[in-house]
Amino acid sequence: MVRVDGSGGPNSLIQARGLGKNYSRGGEQIQVLQALNLDVEEGEFIAFMGPSGSGKTTLLNLLGGLDVPSAGSITVAGDEITHMSRSRLTQWRARHVGFVFQMYNLIPVLTAFQNVELPLLLTNLSKAQRRKHVETALGVVGLSDRMHHFPRQLSGGQEQRVTIARAIVSDPTFLLCDEPTGDLDRKSADEIMELILRLVKEYKKTVLMVTHDPVVAARADTTLHLEKGVLVEADRLQVVSSGGAR
Amino acid sequence: MKFLGLIRANLFRKKIRFILTIGSFAVALFLFGILAVVRVAFSGGVDIAGADRLVVINRTSIIQPLPFAYANKIKRIPGVKEITYANWFGGVYQDERNFFPQFAMDVDNWRKVYPEFAIPEEQWQNFVNDRQGAIAGAATAKRFGWKVGDRIPIKGTFLGGVWEFNLDGIYHGTRQADDETQFWFQWKRYDEQVPAQYKGHVGWYTVKLEHPDDSLRISKAIDGEFANSPFETHTDTEKAFAAGWVKQFGNIQSLIMWIGGVVFFTLLLVTGNTMAIAVRERTGELAVLKAVGYSDRFVLLFVLCESLLIAVFGGALGLGLAKLFTLGGDPTRGLLPFFFLPGKAILAGLGVTLAVGAASGLIPAIGAMRLRVVDALRRV
Repeated sequence: MVRVDGSGGPNSLIQARGLGKNYSRGGEQIQVLQALNLDVEEGEFIAFMGPSGSGKTTLLNLLGGLDVPSAGSITVAGDEITHMSRSRLTQWRARHVGFVFQMYNLIPVLTAFQNVELPLLLTNLSKAQRRKHVETALGVVGLSDRMHHFPRQLSGGQEQRVTIARAIVSDPTFLLCDEPTGDLDRKSADEIMELILRLVKEYKKTVLMVTHDPVVAARADTTLHLEKGVLVEADRLQVVSSGGAR
Repeated sequence: MKFLGLIRANLFRKKIRFILTIGSFAVALFLFGILAVVRVAFSGGVDIAGADRLVVINRTSIIQPLPFAYANKIKRIPGVKEITYANWFGGVYQDERNFFPQFAMDVDNWRKVYPEFAIPEEQWQNFVNDRQGAIAGAATAKRFGWKVGDRIPIKGTFLGGVWEFNLDGIYHGTRQADDETQFWFQWKRYDEQVPAQYKGHVGWYTVKLEHPDDSLRISKAIDGEFANSPFETHTDTEKAFAAGWVKQFGNIQSLIMWIGGVVFFTLLLVTGNTMAIAVRERTGELAVLKAVGYSDRFVLLFVLCESLLIAVFGGALGLGLAKLFTLGGDPTRGLLPFFFLPGKAILAGLGVTLAVGAASGLIPAIGAMRLRVVDALRRV
């Protein structure tokens, strides 16, 4: 069960303690996240909501090792990532994190197959093994018949499926989805959410997702709200960071 | 190897830009190749000049003659191994534009002094025994379609008349840069036919030394021997003589360096700008590569690799075209006997290509390496 009060045990897959992030803009310090605690267990599906600028994406970037916090620590599967060097963090990301972006961010000159294969090129897998993994991943997202299509030959929903296949192909510890349905129509968004739910239920994936859409957030096990850098559990509406209750 | 697909896909992403960039390199390297050919054309004689040979000319000017009698005096100087001589003929074959150098030469010692010119022994003996004989370089024979046994009329210019020759042989150079455009005939015939005031004189002597290290001493000895005579001499190494000849055309080397430098600097700006644009428009993609685990170093090498491949493709194309151009032969009808693209120039061209490719890709590559994923994704 996700906890935001810092009371999670050592078995938490993801553990953030006293997490803070400040930006400097025009000489002014902006505090995006404030002493935030978070414990996520394996197989959980968490949605983060909140107004623009509340720090949702910043939190996701910190948890995914794309950015470093100004304060606090993050431990994932026993590895404290906060003090890792840039190169170690890159290696860690390759092993542990699958990213799904709002704008898909596929490489337009590569086919769906080649896009999904990208993370595997960094491994020691043989060509045949890579092919098998890619075909499996594309099969999971239902695009076996589109693997040799280029992104421009796919619909938005299909592109996002390719992104999800790329995110799961190396079997990462957890998935980070930043507005995965933000650029899709309702039908395509529903299909993507079904796919993510399948990854959680059937493949026991841990998923952390940022969304603006309450309908999409409702599909998650738990929805957490971020407001002014403070994490709030939606169903309890209780501020559990150091900021106290409100 | 497994990243080749990724590199190839990126190279061909914008086909027109790819072709134009390759074209920029190809044009620059073609020009480089042609400049190298021109450099060789002017200084080829300097590069291959024998280090163990001296050239003795009239101190006043090369167009002033020297007495034939000097040959024996020079031969007696210690350290002199062989001596030969020749006169410039300067005749016209059919048309004044059909230029090739013609020498009235000494048949007795010529081959001992110039061993680099190969000629079948039988042809040489026929030539020696034929007072009207001649030997042509392979390039000149090919140019005019001459065969051994042909009768070749050459109109004398300052000597007048039509001089007819039997082509007894064709010589080949044993090195790539050897001049195969010359036309030789016997000095004795020349001396017999020229007006009285020209008889008993040669245009220059070529002296072969026992040891190249003796060149300075022997040069001084030769010039000292004839000092204060009506025909004072000026002796120099064959290399210095050839270099002096080239200098008459101006500082070709410096001119070529300047033109080449400007071309490559322009190329650097063009390709550097192209690579910068190519990287900038792929910021998001590079960020995704980093997000999924590609290291900063990989991204640096990835961008550099693209830049180098473009350079190598374009450079090889340009140098290949330059080589093809030279295979067509000297376009000046004999004014440039050394007309070829040397292997060293091809290697230098490829070296310069790689340097420009690396330099043009370096700044964009460093930018890509330093790219922060979160910043890049925010911009997308």
